Amino acid sequence: MATKRGEESEERKKKRMSLLEIKNLHVTVGGHEILKGIDLRIDAGEVHSIMGPNGSGKSTLAQVLARRETYQVTAGEILFNGRDLLAMKPEEAACEGVFMAFQYPVEIPGIGNAYFLRSALNAIRKHRGEDEMDAMDFLPLYREKLKVLEMDEKLMNRSLNEGFSGGEKKRNEILQMAVLEPKLAILDETDSGLDIDALRIVAKGVNAMRSPERAMLVVTHYQRLLNYIVPDRVHVLVDGRIVRSGGPDLALELEEKGYGWMETEARQTAPASA
Amino acid sequence: MTTAIQNIDHYLENFSALAKQARRDDPRWFEKLRETALARFLKTGFPSTRDEDWRFTNVSAIARTPFSPARKKPTGLSPADLAGWKIPNSAAQLVFVDGQLVPGLSTLDGLRKRVTVSALKDLIRKQPEVVEPHLGRYVDIERDPFPALNTAFAEDGAYVHIARGTVLSEPIHVLFVSTTRDTPEMTHPRNLVVVEDESQATVIEEYISLGSGPVLSNGVTELVAGESAHVAHHMIVREQPEAFHISTLRIEQARSATVSSHSLLLGGGLVRNNVHPVLRGEGGECLINGLFVGNGHQHLDNYMLVEHASPHSSSRQFYNGILDGHAHGVFHGRIVVHKNAQKTDAKQTNRNLLLSDDAQVDTKPQLEIYADDVKCTHGATIGQIDENALFYLESRGIDRISARRLLLSAFASECLARMKDDTARAHAEQLIHKYLSSFADALAEGSADRGRQPERTGEEVG
Amino acid sequence: MSTNVNTIRDLAERDYKWGFITEVEEERIPKGLNEDIIRLISAKKHEPAFMLEWRLKAYRHWIRLEKADAEPKWANVKYGPIDYQDIVYYSAPKQKPGLKSLDELDPEILRTYEKLGIPLEEQKRLAGVAVDAVFDSVSVATTFKEKLAELGVIFCSFSEAVKEHPALVEKYLGSVVPYTDNFFATLNAAVFSDGSFVYVPKGVRCPLELSTYFRINAAETGQFERTLIVADEGAYVSYLEGCTAPIRDTNQLHAAVVELVALDNAQIKYSTVQNWYPGDKQGRGGIYNFVTKRGKCLGVNSKISWTQVETGSAITWKYPSCILQGDNSVGEFYSVALTNNYQQADTGTKMIHLGRNTTSTVVSKGISAGHGQNTYRGMVKILKGATGARNYTQCDSLLIGDQCGAHTFPYIEVKNSTARMEHEASTSKIGEDQLFYLQQRGLKTEDAVSMIVNGFCKQVFRELPMEFAVEAQKLLSVSLEGSVG
Repeated sequence: MATKRGEESEERKKKRMSLLEIKNLHVTVGGHEILKGIDLRIDAGEVHSIMGPNGSGKSTLAQVLARRETYQVTAGEILFNGRDLLAMKPEEAACEGVFMAFQYPVEIPGIGNAYFLRSALNAIRKHRGEDEMDAMDFLPLYREKLKVLEMDEKLMNRSLNEGFSGGEKKRNEILQMAVLEPKLAILDETDSGLDIDALRIVAKGVNAMRSPERAMLVVTHYQRLLNYIVPDRVHVLVDGRIVRSGGPDLALELEEKGYGWMETEARQTAPASA
Repeated sequence: MTTAIQNIDHYLENFSALAKQARRDDPRWFEKLRETALARFLKTGFPSTRDEDWRFTNVSAIARTPFSPARKKPTGLSPADLAGWKIPNSAAQLVFVDGQLVPGLSTLDGLRKRVTVSALKDLIRKQPEVVEPHLGRYVDIERDPFPALNTAFAEDGAYVHIARGTVLSEPIHVLFVSTTRDTPEMTHPRNLVVVEDESQATVIEEYISLGSGPVLSNGVTELVAGESAHVAHHMIVREQPEAFHISTLRIEQARSATVSSHSLLLGGGLVRNNVHPVLRGEGGECLINGLFVGNGHQHLDNYMLVEHASPHSSSRQFYNGILDGHAHGVFHGRIVVHKNAQKTDAKQTNRNLLLSDDAQVDTKPQLEIYADDVKCTHGATIGQIDENALFYLESRGIDRISARRLLLSAFASECLARMKDDTARAHAEQLIHKYLSSFADALAEGSADRGRQPERTGEEVG
Repeated sequence: MSTNVNTIRDLAERDYKWGFITEVEEERIPKGLNEDIIRLISAKKHEPAFMLEWRLKAYRHWIRLEKADAEPKWANVKYGPIDYQDIVYYSAPKQKPGLKSLDELDPEILRTYEKLGIPLEEQKRLAGVAVDAVFDSVSVATTFKEKLAELGVIFCSFSEAVKEHPALVEKYLGSVVPYTDNFFATLNAAVFSDGSFVYVPKGVRCPLELSTYFRINAAETGQFERTLIVADEGAYVSYLEGCTAPIRDTNQLHAAVVELVALDNAQIKYSTVQNWYPGDKQGRGGIYNFVTKRGKCLGVNSKISWTQVETGSAITWKYPSCILQGDNSVGEFYSVALTNNYQQADTGTKMIHLGRNTTSTVVSKGISAGHGQNTYRGMVKILKGATGARNYTQCDSLLIGDQCGAHTFPYIEVKNSTARMEHEASTSKIGEDQLFYLQQRGLKTEDAVSMIVNGFCKQVFRELPMEFAVEAQKLLSVSLEGSVG
């Protein structure tokens, strides 16, 4: 029972409340069951990665965590900071500290980027009982984060994501994350479609957000991103189930052997009829 | 919907002759591809203006001329002759003269690992299994007679392959040179560019003339972009006034691939530039950026067919045209959104400057949308050089000719600004500058006083 | 942001707010249309001879049109046949017009105005806006006449203008929309009831925004108002028009004509926030709104701007237009048109360039929700002599949900090669994914919808006078309540 100073015992860890705990999650979309029993625990300060072939359910998991109502949860529970996440509406989950960087960020003409972000920030602050930030105070904060993401100040007043290339939209997502300072950040295929330069900048922005109070879930198809954002744990999702979990080396193994190898393994170890 | 084929026997004869001698070593699948293509071409013949896709462009001059396949002969060109056409900082340069690769004029050394640049002919003969999955699988020979003709008669062209996860920053330059011939000859450059998943590459395809006389260049490039790949393709056409130039760029984009196609049509007598991207996988992005500058009796036809075949993809078409003399420009932009391509975001803009009373432009946007959750924007403008802007520059001491040149450059630079590759952009900029200079000088005679407004109120001058 | 939420919640709690009927004695003439009725209308209004003449000429022309079955059928809207004999063409409350102050007004009528949210007293005090409230077919109150009279500005009911300023009326009436112009304009010319008349003399900048409210009360009464606004050389006037109507079972016809004339260096700004009853959720019983609105930039450097926010009426057919006759004249059209439930709108604008160096700007925003069908029909005509003409047209459609539709028919006719034309059109959708994105950033649904719609309409709202802009935003929110999410 004796533990070295500074090390946490497994027992103590289990007793301490996790930031995110998913238990036996089953999700159906359009009549098809996509997630078939997901168990996952993420503690504050950790970065986890979910990898898997296209169609495995990675995005579905992300969207459910962000509380998108078109995804039906048929079984299971999700605790976020000890609270029932599934009982929350998306705006509530957001105010509680859940942030998702969208795979396909939306464009909304007529709403300025800065104005939008400040409104979001104030909605969250209001929920926390804090004072709202006016434009004057918001500006320096926004400028600072723009610099980190190497984005032009001119975009401040342009409409939300309007005229942005795919890469710029993804960077704007990370910019928003930097301003909103969530407790749980979910990156849904943020690296998809990025060129090497954009990838480095996005990774820089994400790594700058790593902190003991914050957890991140990086959903990706490619291993390359994980060279820049090194995860603590990697989980492989195949056909709606986590078939393997491991350290960052698992990602390298996947890169080498391809998803086919994982799919074969999954079939061999899959539970008999759902 | 097409005319009776002219010179049909002529093409048939030429094909048979080629099949007998030059292509004995070609693999069977490729021969079959050629035969099918020829049969298709013989059936449809050259298109007529009754064909919707060719409404504004009459190719009877091509149909009437009995073009023969360019015969091989020594080029008489040395590297020094082409020094002015080289692009500094390019990763590799392939030079084809009248359809034949000239290794002595090309630069292929120093290519890094995982990057292949060579003659397509070599790949077909020596490594057919590498090209067979792609060659001829994308371009549509049923719909379009020119690619069918190309597939039947193609001899050679560039093969570019970038292996998975490779980032190539320097551009690959493919230069096609045509020289003077005694009889009308045709070349059918055939290129295949394959950029695998997560890779990046830039290609510049350039067509120049060192000579004169009627010549037909009918090229096809199939460009395959893998998942999350980034490819920039540049097409530069600078041929002489008697040249006929048809080119077809068929792009196939996988999931999350980003492809930009830049076209500069500066020369040629009758030019038809087809760009046909298919956003096959989800979340792809396509940019089609073009500039066409016409004078004399040039006919410059830009035909675009953007197909959104999957959800969440976006496309942008920006075409700027400057037309003077009796030049005729065409912008025909089709966007087809397939039924399952929800959340498509398509935008098309065509801006044209007409500098003379006889210049004309036809602009035809065409949206075919079969999905119900899409965003499509299109816009077109046709106008002249802003007299107010001219007067402003003149009032600051700039003479009229220089002022015109400045405004034209500004208009053309909108196209340049969209080129991300520095080397390609610098090359394009230098070409446009040279071209517009000679262009604007010609403007000095004749059109200087046309359109000048006699009264100008104080407010307008500012 | 919080003010918006409260406002929306309040407004959403109620049904169509304006849906009530005033029990007031009315004087009516029998249903139907014939020459006797025309004479009766003219007599009741004590009109001078030239006016009756004009009405009769129009009426006879209308008979010819009706016989030739010339009622326009090309609009992209569907409606049942209108029985023109089944309408009462004149209705006035039984009391004397021409009050010195609002105290003399029938208290019942005054209460009506209050219910309508037109606090005349408030407006008098705060904004200094003169109000000419048309109660069915006769003007009841005209305030601030004295103030305007000091500057020489004439702002009165059309009926009054015909009697007090016949020369001015005769000079400009029909000069922009002749009675032969179109079917509904012809009908209007014959039976028009009342409307506003404005004349701003040379060099005068009208200091107040002039406003008019309309109301259809009596069942089966068509509303045929006629408005004429003339801005003399160097004059400026901003005019607001807002309408509302109570719930009725049968459809009501509204065929108005508005003529604007701007002389050299004059400017007219005409803003409308229209809220006619749109029909219930199944599409029954709304107003038929067929209006001809046209402005003529007669003079050099003149300018006419139309700004409108339309959320009501079952069927709308209107094309505010500008005839750019004077050199350097400018025509503008900014519009937001909303169709919800089963509303149908076929609207747009016509810009006709005649003079030299004329400019026109069209910004049209259509929002379709429910089963609404929104058609934009815009025409830009550059005639042969119109050298140096410039046009910028932007038409955007926003679709909410899957059952609605938006169609765009731009007509561009250019007969002069020096013209510069710019046209942009876009269609987009508010779907669940836009909403979800905003929600995931912490915004509540109502705030999200409001943000999106206001962002979409911003360009147009910017052109509206302040009070109207606020009213317009509220109107949109109420009209869209329940259509998203």
